[in-house]
Order: sequence, then structure tokens, then C-alpha cells
Amino acid sequence: MQVIHTDNRPHYATVSRKILITFLVVSFLPLLVMTGSLLYQSHAFFHEKVKNQIEYLAKIHTLNIDAFLRERLNNIRFLAATRSYEELTDESGLRRILQRLQEEYGPVFSDLGIVDGNGRQIAYAGPFRLEGADYSQAPWFKEAMSNPDYVSDVFMGLRGLPHFIVAVRRQPRRGGRPWILRAAIDFRSFNDVVENLRIGKTGFAFILNRQGALQTETLADVKLAKASYMALFGRGGTGVREPVRFFERSDLTGIKSLYVTAPLKNGDWLMVLQQISADAFGDLRKTQGIALINLILGSVAIIASGVVLSRLVKARLLREDREKAMMNQQIVESGKMASLGELAAGIAHEINNPVAIMVEEAGWIGDLLEEETFQDSDNLAEFKRALKQINTQGIRCRDITQKLLSFARKSESRTSLVQIDQLIDEVVSLSTQHARYANVLIETRYAQDLPAIEVSQTEIQQVMMNLINNAMDAMAKTGGLIQIDASLDRDHIVIEVADTGPGIPETHLSRIFDPFYTTKPVGKGTGLGLSICYGIISRMGGRIQVKSAVGAGTTFTIHLPCAEAPPHQPGL
Amino acid sequence: MSKATVLLIDDETAFLEAMKRRLERREFHVETATGGMQGLELIEACGNRIEVVVLDVKMPGMDGIETLCEIKRKFPLVEVIMLTGHATVDSAIEGMKRGAFDYLMKPADIDGFTAKVLAAAEKRQAQEQKIVEARMKAITHRRA
Repeated sequence: MQVIHTDNRPHYATVSRKILITFLVVSFLPLLVMTGSLLYQSHAFFHEKVKNQIEYLAKIHTLNIDAFLRERLNNIRFLAATRSYEELTDESGLRRILQRLQEEYGPVFSDLGIVDGNGRQIAYAGPFRLEGADYSQAPWFKEAMSNPDYVSDVFMGLRGLPHFIVAVRRQPRRGGRPWILRAAIDFRSFNDVVENLRIGKTGFAFILNRQGALQTETLADVKLAKASYMALFGRGGTGVREPVRFFERSDLTGIKSLYVTAPLKNGDWLMVLQQISADAFGDLRKTQGIALINLILGSVAIIASGVVLSRLVKARLLREDREKAMMNQQIVESGKMASLGELAAGIAHEINNPVAIMVEEAGWIGDLLEEETFQDSDNLAEFKRALKQINTQGIRCRDITQKLLSFARKSESRTSLVQIDQLIDEVVSLSTQHARYANVLIETRYAQDLPAIEVSQTEIQQVMMNLINNAMDAMAKTGGLIQIDASLDRDHIVIEVADTGPGIPETHLSRIFDPFYTTKPVGKGTGLGLSICYGIISRMGGRIQVKSAVGAGTTFTIHLPCAEAPPHQPGL
Repeated sequence: MSKATVLLIDDETAFLEAMKRRLERREFHVETATGGMQGLELIEACGNRIEVVVLDVKMPGMDGIETLCEIKRKFPLVEVIMLTGHATVDSAIEGMKRGAFDYLMKPADIDGFTAKVLAAAEKRQAQEQKIVEARMKAITHRRA
């Protein structure tokens, strides 16, 4: 009976789209802000961390190297101060001193020599043939003569091997030209101090002099051009006075590296720590990668949730709108039935009085016919038959108006606790005989533990009887099955009366509960039975519905509330 | 001598006339009134003669239930049968609660109608008899 039209697809699609967009905006905004903040914070944190780490290493190693050089210089200075010129120029004594130094410090000192004021080496102890060597033109000699002590850059010199000179100038007490005690520092020993410094996978250290020349060995595959080394000094190699500098720069191959520079040897040398940026910031890249993966996974989850949510909401809206439409339809139906009830009550009252008068007048004629005057009339029997017919039809009219009123009246039926399965059994037993003649089988099926409900027993019996009689009438020619089920659906008892009859065409379904609407032949039905059922069930706070299809039978479904009997609805 | 004196109260005069004729033919004495007020006046005017009142429930002005209450208040011995064109259970029960003897539905079968009127008249007479006996007993008791 209930055909609900709520399939307003464009509307639901718009609502669904708006919900999806709102959900995505609300969800994505904090996710993006959070991810952005995480990326920014991690970038700042890792930059600071890497910078601090490299700067710390640079400072530590600068101090170590400075201490190394100072110690070597102090070694030589001590020798020059504590040994006489004669002792030092005695080559056998000088060899012993070198041996002692090597025993004490390892192969740091590769040789020792005394150079007079003219640049001639007058005593030598070491593995090379440098006795009598002339250093008058060597840059280190000139520097050493003009300073009390001196540490040279690394150079090849006469021996053809990289080394640097530590020299102390002494002035004889008795006057004369000064002389120099010099020691060659083994390059390998010095280089180890620097080369052993490794940072991450690609970080290493090296030392440059003012001209940009490497003072230590470094990894050949990352060697920079001389110009780049010079640039590291800043302002054309005029010396570095800033304690530590940190910067990032691409080399000639385009690879970005981090550089930390620190001055050594009073700014004559520059300690450089170099590490490829990708290596230095590996942890940062990892963190950023995780953040991006989280963003992607979060986005996928949000989009999926949004789509599911919007679909669920759309389905819910659709269902609620359908329920609302159904409720509206029921309200309209109830209103229609209430109006019909009022109308029926009016008709019943207005018809009944004239019918009563007609019946009484007919009765009066009957009374008069009893007199002797009419006893001989040829038509007496016909008069009596006609009067009886008037009386019969009058009583029929009364019955019809009574039915109308029972549909329309404000019921004062007494309610009691009724066990619905027992009640149905009673009604079925009353109909059994009739069913047998009509070749109809009635089957019942009840759910376990059906609760007793507070209803008018006679009214429910009337409803059940009506539905069973209708089903039997529908199957009078063919016979068939009436299946009666009673079950519990949350707080309602559901009674279904299904038949295997010919079914009801859809055009009739919408009017089936209207008073006087009948498909039975004239004189066979008043069209009030289902109207009365409708009125009774509605007054009980329940509802009655019908489903039917031609050729597939008809099912009436009654929902009755299990709670206390609801207040009677006025107007029905 | 009539079987009983009946007062019919109904706003439908055609119905009153038909019923009056039929009841009189069956040897009842019948008075008629077209409203509750008129009926009450008639009962008063007839003294103690009205035994049974057949009263329509739905009437303009003073309706059947109100009239019943007034009759029972002023003339408690008069038996009332409610007559209704729309036999609702509640109006019938309402009438019975307020002291009506029984109720009938329109159109009524004349034999059923007269049977109920006679039963009401007998009840009325039995009550009168009880009252007379009670009075006699009281007088006898006083003399003793």
C-alpha cells in the first residue's frame, strides 16, 4: 500500500559532496599544518645539530693540532736552551738526541740539524745525506732567521719528500751570527692526526696554508680546485682570524658539501672539515621521508574515511527521509481515516432514525393486516412478504450503520492482558469448519515467549476473524493456504496473515482500508471489514499494512506495541 | 386495563407516532414527548401513572443521559429504557451506570421492545410492592 517516493538523487549527491568536502578540509588542514611544522622543525633541528657537531669536532681537532705543533716547537726550544752549541754540533751527540726524541715521541722527528747564520747545515742527524746542505735560499731559513721560532709550511725540500720544519733561532752569548736548531717533522705522523678524523660516510678533514696548498693528504676524489681552497680563506687568502666558519657550497661537480673552517698556527693554516650535505643530513632526509609517507598514508585514510562517511550519511539521510515520508503518509492516512470516521458517524446517525421510522411504520402496517378486514384479501400473503422484506432490509441497514459506527466510534472497549498466540488459536478454531468446506488450510507459527499485551480481546478477535474470512473468500474457488505468523520485533508484536490467493491489483491496494471499498460482488460485502480493522489497530497504537501482488497472494501485517495500551486516538 | 403505562421521549415525531400506535395496539397506555424537559413535565403531570420511560439517547437540548439523571432524581421508581439510533457500547454503559433498566437499538423488533417494557414495568411494580410491604410492616410494628 505504501509507495514512498524519496529518491531525490541530485539532492543527496550534493549533500554527500558537501559532507565529503567539509570532512576533507577539516581533516587535511591540521594534517598539513602538522606535517609542515614537523618538516620545518626537523630541518631546523638537524641543521643545528649537524652544525654543532662538525663545529665541535673542528674545534677539538684544531686544539689538538695546535697542541701538537706547539709541543714539537717546545721540544726543539728546550733542546736549544739546555744544550750548548758544541754539544749540538757534535753529530754523534745530535744522533743520540734524535734517537732519544724518537724513543720518546715515535717517528715524529725525522731528523735534526744545526744551521749557521749563512744557511749552511753544520751538523746533521737523520736518514738523509744532508750534511753541509745549503739553506741560505730556502724560504723557511729566511723566516726562521727573522723569528725566534718558526714552523714552516709543508714542502718537499732537498729530500724530495713532504715535511715541514720546526726551527729555533739562537743568539750566541759571545756575539756573532745566530744559528738555528731545526727539526723536520715527519709528514706521515702529522698527517695521521688530521686524516684519522672521519665524519659520517663522507666527512674528512684537511689543512690548507695561505696559498691554498694542502698541508695534509686528503681523499683524492673530492679534492677541490685551488681557487676553491682560496675562497675558503675569504678575501684572497689574507689570513683567517674568525674562530670557526660554517657554510654549504657546491663543488665543481655540483655536489653540495658542508664546510667548517678553523684557523691554525696563528692563522697561517686553515683546518677544513668537509662532508657531503646528503650524508650530513641523512637523518633529516629519513625524518622527512617518514613525515611524507605519513602524510600520504594519512591522506589516503582521510579520503577513504571521507568517502565512506559521506556515503553512510547519504544512506542514513535517505533512510530517514523515507521513514519521514512513510510517517507523513501514515499521518495523511490517519487523517483521511479520521475524516471518513466522522463522516461515517454522521451518516450512521442520520440514516438510522429514518430507517427506524420506516421499519416501525411497516410494523404498523403488519399490525393492521392482522385485523379481520384484511384477512380475506387475496394479496394478504404478498403484503406480509413485502413487509417482512422491509423489516429485513431495515435490520440490514441497522447492521451496516452499526459497523460504520464501530469503525468511527470513540471506543470504550475494555482491555486486558492477552496472550496473542492463544487468541489467534481460538479464532482459527472458530474458522476451521468454514476453512474445511472452502478447501483452505490454516497454519500457525508463533515465536517463543511472546509477551502478553494489553489490548481489547474482542477487538483483536474481530480483526483476526475479518482477515481470515477475507483470505478464505479470496481463495473460495481455488482453495489454498493461510499462514499466520506471530513474532516479536523489538517492542512490537508482529502478526502476519498471508494467503496464497489471487492477490490484489495495485490500483486497489491504495484504497483497501477505505470504508465501503470492496471488490466483492454486490450484496456479498459491505466494504467495512478492513476499515474497522484499520480503526481498531490504529486505536491500539499499532499499524496494519498490506502487501500483495497479483498471482502471488496477499499478506496483511499488524504491528502491535507491547507496552501498555496507548491512549485512544480521538476521531477514530 | 393496559399492560403498562409507557412514556416515549424522542425528537423524531414520526417515530413516536408509529411506536405509540403499535404499543397501544398491544394494550399499552402510551404518552409521548419530543424532548427531555417536556417528558419530565409530563411525568409530573401524570402523577404516579408513568411506569416505564423509553428515552432516546441523542436529542437536541436536554439529551437522553441528562433526562435520565433528572428522572431518576425526581422519580426514582420510574424505570427507563434507553433507546439509541447509534448503539454505542459507551452510551449504553453510561445509561446503565446512571440507573437505566436496559437499552434498545433502533430499529427495534416490536416483540423484543414490548418484552423489555413489560420487564421494566414488572420491576417497577415489584419495587412498589416492596415499598407498600415495608410501609405496612412499619405501621404494624408501630401499632405493636
